[in-house]
Amino acid sequence: MKVLVAMSGGVDSSVAAALMKDEGHDVIGVTLKLWSGPGGEAPTAGCCTVSDAEDARRVAAELKIPYYVLDYIDDFRDGVVNRFVHDYASGLTPNPCIECNRTVKFDRLLNRLGDFDCDVLVTGHHARSRETDGVWHLLRGTDQAKDQSYVLSMLTQVELSSTRFPVGELTKREVRQVAADMGMRSAHKPESMDICFVGDGDYRGFLEETAPEVFTPGLLVDTAGNEMGRHAGIVGFTVGQRRGLGVAVGEPRFVVRIDPESSTVVLGSRDDLLVSGVELSNITWTDGVPGMGDVMAQYRAHGNPVTASLAGTTLMFEEPQMAIAPGQTVAFYDGERVLGGALIAHTNL
Amino acid sequence: MIYLDHAATTPMRPEVWDAMLPYGSSVFGNSSGVHEVSRQAKNALEEARERVAGMLGARPMEIVFTSGGTESDNLALKGAAWSSRDRSGVVAVATEHEAILETVDVLRRFGDPTVIVEVDNDGSVDSDAIVGAIDPRTAVVSVMLVNNETGLIQDVAAIAKAIKQSDSDVYVHTDAVQGFASEEIDVNALNVDMMTITAHKFGGPKGTGLLYVREGTLLEPLLHGGGQELGRRSGTHDVAGVVGLARAMELAVADRERFRSQVGQIRDDFEKRLGAGVDDLMLNTPQVGRSSHHLNIRIPGVRNETLLMRLDQRGVAASAGSACQSGAAKVSHVLEAMGLTSDQARESVRFSFGWTSTMDDAIEAADIIVELVEELR
Repeated sequence: MKVLVAMSGGVDSSVAAALMKDEGHDVIGVTLKLWSGPGGEAPTAGCCTVSDAEDARRVAAELKIPYYVLDYIDDFRDGVVNRFVHDYASGLTPNPCIECNRTVKFDRLLNRLGDFDCDVLVTGHHARSRETDGVWHLLRGTDQAKDQSYVLSMLTQVELSSTRFPVGELTKREVRQVAADMGMRSAHKPESMDICFVGDGDYRGFLEETAPEVFTPGLLVDTAGNEMGRHAGIVGFTVGQRRGLGVAVGEPRFVVRIDPESSTVVLGSRDDLLVSGVELSNITWTDGVPGMGDVMAQYRAHGNPVTASLAGTTLMFEEPQMAIAPGQTVAFYDGERVLGGALIAHTNL
Repeated sequence: MIYLDHAATTPMRPEVWDAMLPYGSSVFGNSSGVHEVSRQAKNALEEARERVAGMLGARPMEIVFTSGGTESDNLALKGAAWSSRDRSGVVAVATEHEAILETVDVLRRFGDPTVIVEVDNDGSVDSDAIVGAIDPRTAVVSVMLVNNETGLIQDVAAIAKAIKQSDSDVYVHTDAVQGFASEEIDVNALNVDMMTITAHKFGGPKGTGLLYVREGTLLEPLLHGGGQELGRRSGTHDVAGVVGLARAMELAVADRERFRSQVGQIRDDFEKRLGAGVDDLMLNTPQVGRSSHHLNIRIPGVRNETLLMRLDQRGVAASAGSACQSGAAKVSHVLEAMGLTSDQARESVRFSFGWTSTMDDAIEAADIIVELVEELR
């Protein structure tokens, strides 16, 4: 096959490229240039920094594969960063990495496979895919602790049939071993955790700088509606947040709800964070067949799936769940297998 | 590999490398020293300066050796703007190289009066427009001789004459980096006060160039230190580079007639073959008043980034004219200045020919392009 490997410079996508080359495929490596700050600077944190891109180039040179940098700055700004800002302004807690996967890495790159004369796209995600009777299934990665199937839960047959995840077959330790055996610099690199365009993890600071217009001052109230303080804008508050609320009371207080209409942030106790169910939007099913009834639902990247029941767009949990924020993704599982995914539109039915 | 990116850089001529070798080994001296090995280096340096000056119609002391085109352009503009004269304004054409335009932008940010003069649809600039942009504050005007992206030849001599007639105190600089291989270049015929040349565009080494500075031109140096180059450019001389520059210039001058006819024929036949094989082929390079070795085309419906990568897969090296440090394609400011939309600029590719180009390679490359365009459309 002729394969296009999306190389971030991290150990996983570097090893993905190496594995495909080892299997005898024609490999082309690409790095997506996604973001430059106001002064044109590239990110220094996250998965796509300048030094990461340099690592990707080095790996490609060692593997003797053609390597290109593709400019997706416009797509990334419009599809990911602006949406991130808009979602926060709407009281949601978006996951920009999932949006980047969906709109840039998969949508844009898959559309260009033909341009490169390539058959499939390869990424470094820890997940596995299998074809059975013409249907592609998405499975959790072999390394349960590093499994990334959650962030891929919105992929459907179109994407899965043209994408391969070779490192999902390995444990992270094995991936690092392959990288070390090949003398890759990235073998011992720490994992990227921060959002790439929010340098030091201070996303509130990022929002203040890039979108000051979305900051509307408002009230902090308790669950009964009594004023407890004031805030400069709902942007940057997240359901479940405890720190930085600017109110001092005897017992711990958490953000339990955000009302973008009135720019009000509702604070409550730990018990007020319990959610019995959620309303979903953007539901997709891996095999295109809508699911109903009992499902295992996972609403955090590294959370455990919980038993729930789906009827239409309403998902009810068997046990109430703590601190679910609108904007987060829910992935549905049947054991190892991803059934589909959705976005949480709102909570507390 | 079929190399059609000579405007980016050229392979070094082997005679140039041979000429440079002694100055990377036995004749290692610092040309400013007071001992034999330094005198040898100094001798090579000054001999090279004389030969270089002779080829440009200049006097030896009017040649300032630099690290290349970017430094020469910076020195010409910043040097003139920051000189002791009570003029600090800069005028440049919208299609100049980034080394000029970014320098103009820095001067603007530091408070100097700057004007960017727009061009016609073919990329040419009207001398009246330039004269109209000059005022008593103007220190220097910069007009490129051969455009690096399209190959358009600007009538620098006529523009310089018009500028001087309007205000003889305005310095005229030309970036002649792309022109030396094919054009007769004489600083007096061009009527310029400063001119940028760099060696690697015509078979010389990267990292060595020169700025011609007419006697009497007041420049503030960019690099201060030991006072080399009559104080105009401090720093220990790259003797090997300078020797390579001089040798490459001599070889290019000797080869110029063949270059113009033969490379020009190769480029023209390449263009004809593309025109016959690619529907709706558009030319960004003008039909008249163009160099012998550039061809900038637009293929509607085909992204240049994609075509260039597919060409690379097939062993053909070309470019989109300008690129970021990372290699990602960038929308050409030259084509946008000529009135193309950013989408049209993203469909444009530059092929550039040079001293190693052959007709067989050009024909093969054209056929590959025709084939790829059919597939990509």
